[in-house]
Amino acid sequence: MATAVIDEKENKALWAGGVEPLKASYGKLMMWFFLLSDALTFSGLLVTYGFSRFSHNAYHGAVEAFHTSVAYWPIPEKVFTHIPFVHTYAPLVFVGLMTFILILSSVTMVLAVEAGHRNDKKDVQKWMLWTILGGIAFLSCQAWEWTIFITGSENGLIINDPDGTVRHVFGANLIENEYGPRIFADLFFFITGFHGTHVLSGVIINIIVFYNVAFGTYERIGSYEMVEKVGLYWHFVDLVWVFVFTFYYLV
Amino acid sequence: MGHGHAHHGHSAEVQPRDPAKVKQILKVTLYLAILTAIEFVLAFTVGRGPLLTSIFVLLTFVKTFYIVGEFMHLKHEVKILIWAIVLPTLFIMWLILAMLLEANHLHEARQYIFG
Repeated sequence: MATAVIDEKENKALWAGGVEPLKASYGKLMMWFFLLSDALTFSGLLVTYGFSRFSHNAYHGAVEAFHTSVAYWPIPEKVFTHIPFVHTYAPLVFVGLMTFILILSSVTMVLAVEAGHRNDKKDVQKWMLWTILGGIAFLSCQAWEWTIFITGSENGLIINDPDGTVRHVFGANLIENEYGPRIFADLFFFITGFHGTHVLSGVIINIIVFYNVAFGTYERIGSYEMVEKVGLYWHFVDLVWVFVFTFYYLV
Repeated sequence: MGHGHAHHGHSAEVQPRDPAKVKQILKVTLYLAILTAIEFVLAFTVGRGPLLTSIFVLLTFVKTFYIVGEFMHLKHEVKILIWAIVLPTLFIMWLILAMLLEANHLHEARQYIFG
């Protein structure tokens, strides 16, 4: 039995079957495959966006003269123009800020993983805490963004229905949309909402991992691999936002 | 098995920070920040069209390369793991392209039928 114990100590990385497929631990490999499946889900949503956009009329006039209408797809920079506390025209500035916050929280996450490799509990704690704060800041920004999108502009939009009724619409919900075709708002809620749900679960998992770090769970096990796994998830959520930023806000 | 040591004994020693590693992380951060800033500036200076869209898509892929390759460490995994992740995503690209072309046809058909 003595030899078995020595083997176990020397090859901590082996799976229960006695091999180490793809030179990755079981948890990390499964996280990668989960992320791949999650990427398929998000691709489905973004493909739906692209499909809807390409099957609608595009706006062809001058950018300065743009006004919202249900007849064509809106220019995103003309829709997302608000920043908190200031009454000014600032297209895309706020989303740019949100992108920065999420990328920075990704950086603090890498630093937490790096500290984990060095078994430096204090550093892991510090960087995990910054990551959690970044996530909460991003979610708060998103809550504000949704509020503005739902409330709408002061003037609203007058829609003439084919049956002759005239409606005055303010803001957007799943049924009515001031900014353009109805599906534009529907997909906004679905895509940013689905991403926000991912950020929220990421923050919750980060808090649990932070708790475990603070109480020395990983110190006792002798490995901070859990920080690495939750890190993979967090980077993926950041990556999805990079795509949402490009395809929903920029293009 | 069977011995069941309650605590795995050696809680590994704390190693000092490696400045080279931290420097590499900050370098990637700087790249990502610059790329995002470029996208932001282009959104307001270059006219909308296929050219601008292609530039945005290209820059997004460069950012993806840094986030997945460096932050998620995929660049340094074994080759077969890299392909296990990259190959399925290539099929997604194909799906996106096919769907966009299909949507264009749908748009034309709608115009043809409904005027």
